[in-house]
Amino acid sequence: MEQSWKQAKAVFAAALAAPLAWLVVFFVAPMVIVWAFSFGQNQGLTEIAISGTFHNYARAIAPLYLQIFLKSAWVAGLTTALCLVLGFPVALAITFAADRAKTWLLLLIMLPFWTNLLIRTYALIAVLRTEGYVNMGLEWLWKGGGALAALVGLKPLGAFQPLELLHNNFAVVLGLVYVHLPFMVLPLYAALDRLDRSLLEASLDLGAGHLRTLLRVVVPLALPGIASGVLITFIPALGAYLTPDLLGGPDSQMIANVIERQFKRANDWPFGAALSFVLMYLTFIAVAIQAVLAKRTPEARG
Amino acid sequence: MTTLTRRGLNRRSLLTATGAAAIGLTFTACGAKPKAAPGGEEPKLNFYNWDTYIGETTLADFRKATGVDVNMSLFATNDELFAKLKAGNPGFDVIVPSNEFVTRMTQAGMLEPLDHGKIPNLKNIDPAFLNPDYDPGRKYSMPYTWLLMGIGYRKSKVDGVPDSWKWVLDSDKYKGRIALVSEAADLVRLGAKYLGHSVNGVPADMLPRIEQMLIKQKPFVKAFHDDNGQDLLASGEVDLVIEFNGDIAQVMKDDPDLDFVVPKEGTLINSDTLCIPKGAPRPNNAHAFINYLLDAQAGAAITRKILYPTPNAAAKALMPESYRENKVIFPPADVMARCEYGAFEGAEKASLYEEIITRVRAA
Repeated sequence: MEQSWKQAKAVFAAALAAPLAWLVVFFVAPMVIVWAFSFGQNQGLTEIAISGTFHNYARAIAPLYLQIFLKSAWVAGLTTALCLVLGFPVALAITFAADRAKTWLLLLIMLPFWTNLLIRTYALIAVLRTEGYVNMGLEWLWKGGGALAALVGLKPLGAFQPLELLHNNFAVVLGLVYVHLPFMVLPLYAALDRLDRSLLEASLDLGAGHLRTLLRVVVPLALPGIASGVLITFIPALGAYLTPDLLGGPDSQMIANVIERQFKRANDWPFGAALSFVLMYLTFIAVAIQAVLAKRTPEARG
Repeated sequence: MTTLTRRGLNRRSLLTATGAAAIGLTFTACGAKPKAAPGGEEPKLNFYNWDTYIGETTLADFRKATGVDVNMSLFATNDELFAKLKAGNPGFDVIVPSNEFVTRMTQAGMLEPLDHGKIPNLKNIDPAFLNPDYDPGRKYSMPYTWLLMGIGYRKSKVDGVPDSWKWVLDSDKYKGRIALVSEAADLVRLGAKYLGHSVNGVPADMLPRIEQMLIKQKPFVKAFHDDNGQDLLASGEVDLVIEFNGDIAQVMKDDPDLDFVVPKEGTLINSDTLCIPKGAPRPNNAHAFINYLLDAQAGAAITRKILYPTPNAAAKALMPESYRENKVIFPPADVMARCEYGAFEGAEKASLYEEIITRVRAA
């Protein structure tokens, strides 16, 4: 008996060794190096002296950068809220769809992942810009409307003013919602699909309306799914870099853009590392909040 | 047309946009230890270059002439080049840093001095490029191309010629129709130039003025672009843009409504150069290759493809008149006289400029 237990332990260790080594070499070790950088300072042009200074952190929490952190959190929060509002009905609809349709609908949700994020963002630029597809379509309708108005003898419409859709904060939030929506829908679907339908029937039979059933029964039961959806959307949105860079306007910089510039143009790795770790601490806080929320849900208690 | 097809093929926009994707490019021979054959080097060379910055057949022609196989990999920004070589040369023989980075890499001891005896084609270079401030006596670098920053604009949408930085840095006349460069040092330096100072040695008490001016100007700016200003201009997104002359020259070929001007206050001149990094495994091949790129015929073949201003007088003489007489590619001498190279002024200055622009963008 003891022998087999020891064997199993060896097997367990062998199975664990590879992923553990991977994690240490490619995740923990680089993180430790960057973490050490955050307590260092540039020495000459190519060397970083790890001097144990907190100067980089003091700079990172100066009002200028704190304000950028707050703005990033606000943009990520807005993105997450919009994803939740848009994603919940979608997830609900997929849950109640026929089994055959379900597979296809889920496939549609995952389809955008088959294309590189960069390509999708460029596609959005082509759609949103001044002479992009949205404005071209609107202009066509505008001209059609003008011709129609002239036909029935009304005053002709003025010149078409293209909408400002690109290079502003609206474009950044739109781009982020577009990219992160699947991250919200999938965990919501997973939570809603496990839902005991008889509870809904009971609620409806006992006189609650559809809306009341949704708010008092479905949402509380789906809370763990909502929490993980919120987390898995909020964290990457908080660190978004490409979207504000390509779709944003003059005041759309997010913290990841600032970090990127420290590592590249400013060649100030210690400060970039400090900013990265402040961002990571914020992420840990978000995870902790999620864990607390998950504990308080009825399902976890049961 | 989409942005992707609209993009002119040029080194300063294509790879920059793909950012991380550039890292994915393979570099097969990288790090391979050279087999030092007695009396010579193995017939190979690792060339680290900007994207679309070489002639159609240049590398094949070089192999035909010398038997040396050139393996070219690409970088998108000087920062990327610097970061890659910072921890030691991974096996490159020839690299193409810009002027400011020549100084920076020289100071950091990252470049090998050039043996002018092995580069006879140095005689082809325009004397004006032989003794620049960033590399006195051309000890470490050979000029490959140069370019000027100026204002690209759409003639039908702009009243007259925007011949001052005022139009883009200090005026609300073209609200929402302006794009500025996102590169912090360039922006601060052009601000100093507009205020009547040199682009170098900007005094500390002038920096807050520049910052205030940019903050005031920000509401009228549509975007800070990562060197893809020619696309914003060509696609009608903006009507005035700070960009390099070579980039605007490329989009002007397709759209006669576009033009370029160097503001009367003067501007920044940039130059990309050929250098041999410290620890290059095959310095003899590297010298031969640099010499070949400075050859008149080879230089003309490269210029025909990339359309950047060339410092190679012999190659320029072989180019058609439409290139030689192009006022955008070669601005008149009085304009050139007001242009300066941006010098490398130390890491603290770079950090300081970066923070100024971060403040401007957060304001």
